[in-house]
Amino acid sequence: MTTATRGTAAPGAVGTGHTRIEGRDKVTGAARYAGEIPFGDLAHGWLVLSTVARGRVVAVETGPVLGMPGVLAVLHHGNAPRVETQYVGSLGPPDPVVGLFQHDRVPYAGWPVALVVAETSEQAREAAEALQVRYETEPHDVGFHPEHAAAYTPESVMGQPNEAVKGDLEAELAASAVVVDERYGTPEEHHNTMEPHAATARWDGGRLEVVDSNQGSRWVAEELAHLFSLDLASVRVRSEHVGGAFGCKGVRPHQVGAAMAATVLDRPVRVVLTRRQMFSVVGYRSPTTQRVRLGADPDGRLRALGHEAHGVTSKLFEFVEPSAGFGRSMYAADAHHSVTRLVPLDVPTPTWMRAPGEAPGSFALECALDELAEKCGVDPIALRERNEPAVGPVSGLPFGSRNLLACYREGARRFSWADRDPRPGTRRDGRWLVGTGMAASTFFVGAAPTTAAVTAEPDGTFTVRITAADVGTGARTALTQIAADALEVTPDRVRVRIADSDFGQAWLAGGSMGTRSWGWAVLLAARELRERLALGGAVPEEGLTARSDTSDVLAALAQKERHSYGAQFAEVAVDVTTGEVRVRRMLGIFAAGRIVNPLTARSQLVGGMTWGLSMALHEEAVRDAASGAHVGADLAGYHFAAHADVPRIEADWVEDTDDEDPVGIKGIGEIGIVGAAAAIANAVWHATGVRHRTLPIRPDRVLDAAGAPGTPGAGAAADGGPDRA
Amino acid sequence: MAPAPTATHSVVTLTVNGEKHTLPVDHRTTLLDVLRERLDLTGTKKGCDQGQCGACTVLVDGRRAVSCLQLAVAAEGREITTIEGVAEGDRLHPVQQAFLDLDGFQCGYCTPGQICSALAVLDEHAAGWPSAATDDVRPEAGVPPLTPEEIRERMSGNLCRCGAYVSIVRAVERAAAADRDASAADAPGGGDDIPADASKEAVA
Repeated sequence: MTTATRGTAAPGAVGTGHTRIEGRDKVTGAARYAGEIPFGDLAHGWLVLSTVARGRVVAVETGPVLGMPGVLAVLHHGNAPRVETQYVGSLGPPDPVVGLFQHDRVPYAGWPVALVVAETSEQAREAAEALQVRYETEPHDVGFHPEHAAAYTPESVMGQPNEAVKGDLEAELAASAVVVDERYGTPEEHHNTMEPHAATARWDGGRLEVVDSNQGSRWVAEELAHLFSLDLASVRVRSEHVGGAFGCKGVRPHQVGAAMAATVLDRPVRVVLTRRQMFSVVGYRSPTTQRVRLGADPDGRLRALGHEAHGVTSKLFEFVEPSAGFGRSMYAADAHHSVTRLVPLDVPTPTWMRAPGEAPGSFALECALDELAEKCGVDPIALRERNEPAVGPVSGLPFGSRNLLACYREGARRFSWADRDPRPGTRRDGRWLVGTGMAASTFFVGAAPTTAAVTAEPDGTFTVRITAADVGTGARTALTQIAADALEVTPDRVRVRIADSDFGQAWLAGGSMGTRSWGWAVLLAARELRERLALGGAVPEEGLTARSDTSDVLAALAQKERHSYGAQFAEVAVDVTTGEVRVRRMLGIFAAGRIVNPLTARSQLVGGMTWGLSMALHEEAVRDAASGAHVGADLAGYHFAAHADVPRIEADWVEDTDDEDPVGIKGIGEIGIVGAAAAIANAVWHATGVRHRTLPIRPDRVLDAAGAPGTPGAGAAADGGPDRA
Repeated sequence: MAPAPTATHSVVTLTVNGEKHTLPVDHRTTLLDVLRERLDLTGTKKGCDQGQCGACTVLVDGRRAVSCLQLAVAAEGREITTIEGVAEGDRLHPVQQAFLDLDGFQCGYCTPGQICSALAVLDEHAAGWPSAATDDVRPEAGVPPLTPEEIRERMSGNLCRCGAYVSIVRAVERAAAADRDASAADAPGGGDDIPADASKEAVA
């Protein structure tokens, strides 16, 4: 085991823009995604989801469907193979939706009740649509509001305390000269990866083989081994190209259904989710309501920071969107109190979605800080600088590198922030009111134990094997660059093979920890290999392989506040006649560690900011109280930002590194979205003088707020809440 | 496969990327599913299967169409071009090359549809077709300038969830510039969205 002792300062591939290794395959259509790998004798499965929101299945009338052309089987709770769901996986217990067809209960609309398998997808689809499922219904409750009688406070979130307390919040609020006490709301949001979930399962020599679209093949293999009571060595999961993930591509009903059907039929079975099905079986971001209370001295110095959030979970399973935690590491205040509470409803279980917690949490807190800046008459950047902490505000722990102030300075310079007139509602461009806003962003930095193998081949090339995932992040390319530098060769001599669970234990593409976790392991193995090669001797025919495992080196890291940072700026124009909000430009300046590949990193940061724009103005899944199901569960009913919505967006970074990570990586997958929606909402206030505290900032909300008594003018507001008001 | 033709199947001849394929198809089968499941042309993607995302965009007789909303039996006699037919052998089409160089994609799943759409956008624009972003739509106004706004408007049928729009627009701008004047292709500041150092950053 080698240890990380120094940074890699030598010039090399890391830090240089490199087009994606698989880029040519992606622009020519040659890259094959999960549903596109050919299998002989393939059968097609089609899920059938419940049409009622609560009750039980009393009959699945398989007879007529089994007589339809090509139909091979109908799996349901009366005949499906048993799976084990009482386990704790590497990220906790499974979402109960993967316990496919294990009982007759229907806990929400869109719960899987059957899988129809046929020779062709057309036959499977028609049979699935023809299948009669009879239900006994019960009253359901899908209405989310923070005063819900069933609201409760979870103990912890992913092993961390859910509630943070420092000092006496009420006393500090009472002693504050300036107080902001407002409620904010964000809606239910869906990942909607462009590639729907797809898996093909087959049994091959006693092994369950799954070709899948996921963000962690080892993780999915572990989950499937638990579910089907198999040794991990008897499961192999591969996922070479993934058409987006964002948190929703873990173990889901498609892999379980495909494996069940492959078991029953003893042939390969593919299950692809439809776009509509994705709205109820792959998770989503919980809606939130958030009350933020800030107390400050007249100059804006914070005395009190209170953040109480509410989110939704299903009645089956606890998932916490930890929105209230955003400020814990961001702002110094004499007193802190933050907690996220949950309302369990007859709805699917939410899951991780790009910057879980930070995305909605930053919207509320960064808007509240803008309101505080207004009340204090202090510039929003100056206010934040004034509350910059020396150590973790709640934890008291030292920070790793914290270059947030440099982000503000560089962002302000490039956005010409100094020229900004702080008065709201005063700039007009034809029928448009124009304004600018800013917000801060942060995301935690972490790494998780990972193994890698690097092989020197006799032909002078190198092969890296690691169960990483490239979900569009550019991980394959970044790892190639990291390995090349560590081996002191050019990237074209390095072949990186990823996304095969047989390559061993590795972290998944999640928590902005992928490239950092994988890069660390690749670097250690590559360094050891280089040292062994330096000893001389020919490379044997089977190659020379060095392996690494980062478990020990990561366990030895001291406790610290490790984060990346950013400053987000936006300019918007608001149409006073239609209420339409157009973002004219965005700038994000980040301090996110060493940037391995500037070309793909910029894409990822801009992509995150585009998500922030989309969150601010467009995205909203609406649930119908009467049916308990979504209204318009498709890409027309759920609009996310399209080309015409997205203006010039620039992302750049300041010099930053992480001294512990041997490459200096921090992670950039999520920080781009954090604070972006707040910057836009703050710009809308600057344009119109109206605070919009409920997302998305729809035209009807803008018009309603503009029509309210006393507007336009500072102080008016469209208040937070998940309702459609 | 049932013998054809039957009440549920017909034998059709499809011309895809210049190659003729004669095969029996289920009448319910979309052009998209024939391409992907029968002809092994999986470059055309299925993102929604209901005409809302553009991932399945192909060219039918030179015009862009979402292949998920077209039945295969209705495509007989048409010239179909998929992403697999865009490059000339090993030489990428300028639109493909621009997507690659400027990182006009991330996960890559919407990319074939974006590229096919971009090809049609360039043709539609060159033919003088106006869009909702065109200021002066009078025929005598001629071909409108292909501004970033024009590109965004014309490309809006192709969703990208990774949020690669900024780079896609730059790629289409660069390809359009290459179309107009090969020598202008590498000129810095060719559009307001192209930072001067954008192409230098990439090592092909």
